[in-house]
Amino acid sequence: MEQMKTKRQGKHRLGHFFATLYIFIMYAVFYLPVVVMVVYSFNDARKNYSWMGFTTRWYTKLFSFSNSSLWDTLIYSLIIAVLATVISTFIGVLGAIGLKKFEFRGKKFINMMLYVPIIVPEIVLAVATLILFVTFGIKMGLGSILIGHCTFCIPYAVVTIKGRISGDNDTLEEASMDLGANRIQTFTKVTIPTIMPGVMSAAFLSFTLSIDDVVMSNMLAGGSQSTLPVMILSLNRTGLTGDVNALTTVMICVMVISMLIYSAIRKRIAKKEAQA
Amino acid sequence: MTEGHIEEQRKEKARRKKSRLPMLAQAGPVSIWMILFVTIPLLFIIYISFMTRGPFGGVVYKFSLESYKTLLDPIYFTVILKSLRVALFTTLLCLLLGYPFAYYIAKQPAERASKLIMLLMIPFWTNSMIRLNSWMLFFQTAGPVNNVLLKLGLIQKPIMFLYTDPLVMLGLVTGMLPFAVLPMYSSIEKLQKNLLEASADLGAGPSLTFRKVTLPLTMPGIVSAIILVFIPSLGTYTVTDMLGGGKVLYIGNIIKNQFGSIRNWPLGAALSVLLLAITALLIFLYTRFAHVDELEVV
Repeated sequence: MEQMKTKRQGKHRLGHFFATLYIFIMYAVFYLPVVVMVVYSFNDARKNYSWMGFTTRWYTKLFSFSNSSLWDTLIYSLIIAVLATVISTFIGVLGAIGLKKFEFRGKKFINMMLYVPIIVPEIVLAVATLILFVTFGIKMGLGSILIGHCTFCIPYAVVTIKGRISGDNDTLEEASMDLGANRIQTFTKVTIPTIMPGVMSAAFLSFTLSIDDVVMSNMLAGGSQSTLPVMILSLNRTGLTGDVNALTTVMICVMVISMLIYSAIRKRIAKKEAQA
Repeated sequence: MTEGHIEEQRKEKARRKKSRLPMLAQAGPVSIWMILFVTIPLLFIIYISFMTRGPFGGVVYKFSLESYKTLLDPIYFTVILKSLRVALFTTLLCLLLGYPFAYYIAKQPAERASKLIMLLMIPFWTNSMIRLNSWMLFFQTAGPVNNVLLKLGLIQKPIMFLYTDPLVMLGLVTGMLPFAVLPMYSSIEKLQKNLLEASADLGAGPSLTFRKVTLPLTMPGIVSAIILVFIPSLGTYTVTDMLGGGKVLYIGNIIKNQFGSIRNWPLGAALSVLLLAITALLIFLYTRFAHVDELEVV
């Protein structure tokens, strides 16, 4: 009996060991490309075909702003991402509330359409938009890319925010109106604060989707300025230089740091609320 | 009908009319956007797929089934079959690798689990193109993998990993895995412990419990994972472009080329319609397992 117990324990421990090992390997695979990116940003070679020794010159080059086209693409990508985030979050907030609160003809259809950009391969929607724009003579550039980005960001924003709206919202809004607030006041002072966490994650999601997008940006750029991911895609075959790696390394650092600050602030607010 | 009743109805009508303005203001923009930039483009691309290719590219508005006939041409048909095979294989790998991963995370205490999920998301904030580029650097002729294998004397000359199907698969699987893990994680997390205990109490062994309880109850998560991995893999052109170097062609690349150098829009449109049809078919199958609203995204 005793022996069996220890045997089972031993088996359990072995299982636990393999499970942990498996998880560790999986995370290692996920982080490997990031590590490679960071390592090659310190590569002392003209192009990243092989490792030639350690240097920080790509960072000096990056922050001396001598490669202005790289910064131009980054700024262009950021402008599009910020605009796409603002527009998508705005339409997403209104849409999530409207689609939850009201019944109207065609609502089912709109709900179905919202799932199309999430599920259908992006290339299909990008090509369809391209054909439409070209046929109707709409000029390609920042505007067309922005429309393309919003088309896939809005559905994600709506879905994310909709998940945050609960039955309590109606009661709170009615209470606010009964107390004499008008619709706009109720919307900004009651509705928005209650769904704020959903709005924040919708905005964050829209930004990350937009800044990382290749397909829409590539198809709808029409020979004008390209975004950073499109530039990387097109330079890939001729070899990227280290300053691109340096730039993306700086970008991931900024993202992680701002995420840490954001979660620290939220923790502090939660603590204060708990005390109050 | 009494006087009061009619009065009541009139009031109701007026109230409804009054509520139309906020309804238009809130549900209006999203509805207009979806119709203008999703419905109309998709209808238009279906229409274009039945048109004729112009002599210098472009479209001649004359009905033709030429593009759909071209799809059956062996050159294109093999690409379609190959894309389907690769997407299927990618999905299978994502399920097999992702399910145990999701299961492990779901069994952790809540706080640790959310930290592990966060840890999974961070690498995906890195630009996806640069991540693919990193795989390329890692496996290139003078890259770390070849260097180590050469040093160990396992190979005499570098292996050409670049521009091969297996490397494209690696890029696809590592890129798609989170989309398989997240929906499966959330459905495993919802799984009630007492059901598993009940099954064990009734004498079922771990493998029987897994097959008869865990697997069926987490099916919605698994099907979501299948959709979220299979469809994007089928339509990808960036992974094949980055790691396949233009030598490996899937449906996505063929579509893209029709709008770039080759300029055969009706053919590109027909291929897109094919992708749409496959997507619709999968969603139809999905609705037999669960409601579309439950499709776990993000």
